[in-house]
Amino acid sequence: MNELSLHILDICQNSIKANADLIEIIITEDTINNIYKIDIIDNGSGMDKKTLSEVADPFFTTRATRNVGLGISLFKMAAEMTDGSLEITSTINEGTKVSTIFQYNHIDRAPLGDIEDTLTILILNENMIDIYYKHIYNNKIYIFDTKEIRKILDGIPFTNYDVIMWIKNNIKEGIINIHKEESI
Amino acid sequence: MKSLDDLKRIRDAAQNKVQMRGKNDGTRILVGMATCGISAGARPVMNKFVEKIAEYNLDKITVTPVGCIGECAIEPIVEVLQGEDRTTYCRVTVEGVERIVNEHIIGGKVVLDYVIGKYRL
Repeated sequence: MNELSLHILDICQNSIKANADLIEIIITEDTINNIYKIDIIDNGSGMDKKTLSEVADPFFTTRATRNVGLGISLFKMAAEMTDGSLEITSTINEGTKVSTIFQYNHIDRAPLGDIEDTLTILILNENMIDIYYKHIYNNKIYIFDTKEIRKILDGIPFTNYDVIMWIKNNIKEGIINIHKEESI
Repeated sequence: MKSLDDLKRIRDAAQNKVQMRGKNDGTRILVGMATCGISAGARPVMNKFVEKIAEYNLDKITVTPVGCIGECAIEPIVEVLQGEDRTTYCRVTVEGVERIVNEHIIGGKVVLDYVIGKYRL
């Protein structure tokens, strides 16, 4: 996977499996301290201590169709390649938090890529989860919250393709905007 | 910036369209979206479906991300469900999506170049 947004999609599938109905994705770009941070927080079923100690092992998986589970392992590797780290904390019945730190300017730090594609796929999921996406670039912030969009939509489903296209463009432009140099 | 006013306009247009839609009628497209699918390119594939359906304004078609069915080596896997008929496509590419939409979903003819039987019998 050559984009961080692909890893995010993959990790969020775990949250969906854990019956989360809210996933928070927080991206912090701190160029001053050379940090690129991704937090994924869900309110799913959580894990006990034993499971938690095993998830980063590529040969651990909860599924029956195959006996490897590479999602977390690959994400961890992507972080460690940049002298960063991946940390998971979890509480049963409360949820799980996956925190990943990358070195911002490290040559092996993958770009975020098409995060709007990741988010729309999460929104199209059958389980109707809410997504709260926050992207911080130094002191500028973009927020995308499906709860707010839901209010405006007033019963029109997210699966309406005009809505999906609007969401995609909104995220794309929002992220470009926070990266713009301030013009005086 | 795509403004909230634009979104409100989309909502109003959708409300004016009379929609009679049961949960299971029409065509369902399932795209495998586990680690194997994602790394094989399932995300652009799913997005192409969404874009094509929006472009052609196809009603009664849903695209849904699903998990892995254990054939990770031949991902991206796409299943097209129409009533009792289930077609499984594998190693689907973005170009493949165009063909599946044009030839199968609109034209009604299964795209044999991508069906699973070509790889697994």
